Amino acid sequence: MTATPIPTTYRRPLRQRLAVTLEPWLYCAPVLILITSVMLVPLILGVSYAFRDIQLLNPFSGGFVGLEHFKALGQDDAFLRALRNTLWWTGASVFFQLAFGLILALLLNVPFTGRGLAQALVFLPWAVPTFLAGLNWAWLFNPVIGPIPHWLAALGLMDEPSNILADPSIAMWGPILAATWWGIPFFAITLLAALQSIPKDLYEAASIDGASPIQRFFSITLPYLAPVIAITVLLRTVWVANFADLIIVMTNGGPADRTQTVASYIFTQAFKRLDFGYASAVALVLLALLLAYSMVILVFRQKLSNRDK
Amino acid sequence: MTATRLFGTLAHRAAILCFIAFALFPLYWLLKVSVTPNDLLYSEGVRMWPSRTTLDHFRFVLANSEFPRFFANSLIVSGTTALISTALAALMGYALSRFQFRGKLWLAGLLLVTQMFPLVMLVAPIFKILSPLGLTNSLTGLVIVYTAFNVPFASFLMQGFFDGIPSDLEQAAMIDGADRFTAFRHIILPLALPGVAATLGFVFTAAWSEMIFALMLISGSEKATFPVGLLTFVSKFSVDYGQMMAAGVLALIPACLFFLLIQRYLVQGMTAGAVKG
Amino acid sequence: MATMEIRSASKNYGTIRVLDDINLDIGDGEFIVLVGPSGCGKSTLLRMIAGLEEITGGEIRIDDKVMNALPPKARDIAMVFQSYALYPHMSVADNMSYSLRLRKTDKPTIAEKVGAASAKLGLDALLERKPKALSGGQRQRVAMGRAIVRQPKAFLFDEPLSNLDARLREHMRAEIRKLHRELGATSIYVTHDQVEAMTLADRIVAMHGGHIQQVGTPLELYDRPANLFVAGFIGSPGMNFLKGDIADRSLHLRDGRTVALPAEMPATMGEATLGIRPEHVVLSPAGEAGLETTVDLVEPTGHGIILHLTLAGTVFKVLTHDRRWLEPGSSVGVSFPAEALHLFNAEGVRV
Repeated sequence: MTATPIPTTYRRPLRQRLAVTLEPWLYCAPVLILITSVMLVPLILGVSYAFRDIQLLNPFSGGFVGLEHFKALGQDDAFLRALRNTLWWTGASVFFQLAFGLILALLLNVPFTGRGLAQALVFLPWAVPTFLAGLNWAWLFNPVIGPIPHWLAALGLMDEPSNILADPSIAMWGPILAATWWGIPFFAITLLAALQSIPKDLYEAASIDGASPIQRFFSITLPYLAPVIAITVLLRTVWVANFADLIIVMTNGGPADRTQTVASYIFTQAFKRLDFGYASAVALVLLALLLAYSMVILVFRQKLSNRDK
Repeated sequence: MTATRLFGTLAHRAAILCFIAFALFPLYWLLKVSVTPNDLLYSEGVRMWPSRTTLDHFRFVLANSEFPRFFANSLIVSGTTALISTALAALMGYALSRFQFRGKLWLAGLLLVTQMFPLVMLVAPIFKILSPLGLTNSLTGLVIVYTAFNVPFASFLMQGFFDGIPSDLEQAAMIDGADRFTAFRHIILPLALPGVAATLGFVFTAAWSEMIFALMLISGSEKATFPVGLLTFVSKFSVDYGQMMAAGVLALIPACLFFLLIQRYLVQGMTAGAVKG
Repeated sequence: MATMEIRSASKNYGTIRVLDDINLDIGDGEFIVLVGPSGCGKSTLLRMIAGLEEITGGEIRIDDKVMNALPPKARDIAMVFQSYALYPHMSVADNMSYSLRLRKTDKPTIAEKVGAASAKLGLDALLERKPKALSGGQRQRVAMGRAIVRQPKAFLFDEPLSNLDARLREHMRAEIRKLHRELGATSIYVTHDQVEAMTLADRIVAMHGGHIQQVGTPLELYDRPANLFVAGFIGSPGMNFLKGDIADRSLHLRDGRTVALPAEMPATMGEATLGIRPEHVVLSPAGEAGLETTVDLVEPTGHGIILHLTLAGTVFKVLTHDRRWLEPGSSVGVSFPAEALHLFNAEGVRV
């Protein structure tokens, strides 16, 4: 077989070769151009802002300041508190979304009459615009108009109906609850899709082998879901950490900066104080932290899957 | 055995009902307050349903406020964004699904990365770029920004739907005498219609919800989208709860309609994507 | 109608060569079957002819025109896919007329051509149905109909019958053959099923490992296989092979016994393989004639019986219509008529 002479390679005419090479790029071009000009260029610009003095209202700003912003960040107590708040906000939100999302997905994976309707209803919060979700929950927490403070008082958890969002020690629970409400459907949809892709005969084989429902869950369902859960949690963590809408709408970072996260802090610096340079420096730190987090998770996952083999 | 099974079934239905109640209660409350007359608002604060209802708040919001304009602006921005994003994503998703070419992996990676990095960090630079182009305080500017933000995910979504369509079909069409793009339009796109609908819904909902960039890029009430208008209203007239919630119900309508239309495709579409891995 | 020439065609996927130095001339109206085990490159070759795969090296000509750079639509060929590839959102009639509509054929002509094709295939009653509402056999017919309405230069078939059950497959095989006789169109048909190849082909192209092994009429491949691969692939049950050394006008088997060779075969040549088809072996009661061996297994197929024997350490099959040998464990003698023997040298090439 190796002894046969290799025939001369056929070359298409240049124009046609070009057309063949270019064809896929023609399909990609609009998206590529858009992303480059609206996301990549601003990203690079944003990175450069972090080292410059850019204040929208100050026509004399624009000069390079080197690492000034970052030095200021190290001294900025509000920023350091925002970092801690981000950790708490992200961790709690993602944990509750995952826990309840998984339960919901498992419940919906059982066939029952009216499942379609139930599915539509429980997934509905996801369609609610986030600003409205924030306002809606803020109203629910408001003792003037909402029932929650009255319920809590009736249960004896609160001395008198007052606004959770105004109490610095527990204010963060407000946005976390709203985020959980809004985010459960995302996890439920993703995990339900994964559940439905598990081959049914695996369960049949397991029950013939005498596995109880609980054993089946731990020996089939969970191993199948694990990779989906891992990647979803990774993506969601990054997303929630960046997600400022609920906090801006519900508390605007207050009271006393107790609910200020890094993302909402960036928005405050850019929108309220119009200090684009400082906002970009904060954003760069956030980006670096999220990249580091993603790397750690990915390396960890790699190690874990290598051990399995 | 039957007793435990019955108990299990009951517990299952009860749990589902709890989730439904949790999901719907805030929206129910929104609706309830929006139809409660002002004089009952405080006296019947925690009652599940007011003793009298009224549509006055809706009437006021629709006739005497700027909300109809905000609503129209949002509809224009979200609708246009959905149409353009889906069209571009269909092309992109098709390329990702059907072509093998150098740089494809990098391209997919680039799309993925745009989903990861904090969009809030683009607020300042995008404002600086759009401002001299006259695209701040403009609906066009919002459409451009929203399209760019939504098109990567939409592309992956479309790719998932295209992957589910056998490539034999377009090859048959190409042998029947179509060029690739004709085969795409005649054969692949009609078969991907559920995917197109789902993608339209996704992008529309996302654009309808967006707030951060709308707040940053829009200043007057002339071009304000719904979130901007509502938040301005809230900070100005923070005691007109009935009217605010009536406006909130309005904001809910198009998003929910779209969602109910597409929700049965959601799990299906994601399964199609998941099978491919 | 067209002639086709394939000149030293080759195909690489990355650095892996899946087709090497393919040369083939196809006459006008010929029915060619490409046959071989999966992975032999037969489908790739077909798709290269169709224009669905790029050609790495060499040339493909249709009617003396080089096709290499032309897209499928410019080649004027029709193809029937294994999956049928019917457009799910179009009715049967629309499926069949799609190619004509792309060519902007006027409506009366389309109606006439679709009508003629559907009459020929018995699809008249199904024209308004969607593919989903058709049975497997009906879908197969629509796929054929889509190909014939165009009156293309050539038909390509990519394992079109492999999704049908055995009975339907036999039926469609005969219909394809009949259709080809009526239309007389140049056809290239890919299959891994040697029975399909034998029954359909004017000429068979046997392929293996990216190379053409032999080109010839079905009976040429059956009677005079060019090498061990073709000998083993064509025929069912497959040809028996006996390995040994040839000296003194006989084959010395590994177990020490010998088989006498006819006069026209070489008297000495060292290592060699002797082939004989199961249906050509002559059985006789033990001790009377031939090599003696025992029956391991009996497989009645209805129209015959396949006996599994062991000879010189390998399985040896005999196809017989004589029910005397039904007892497993009984002894039989096997002998080989001189005219039914095939001899292959150490490289596996026919001598």
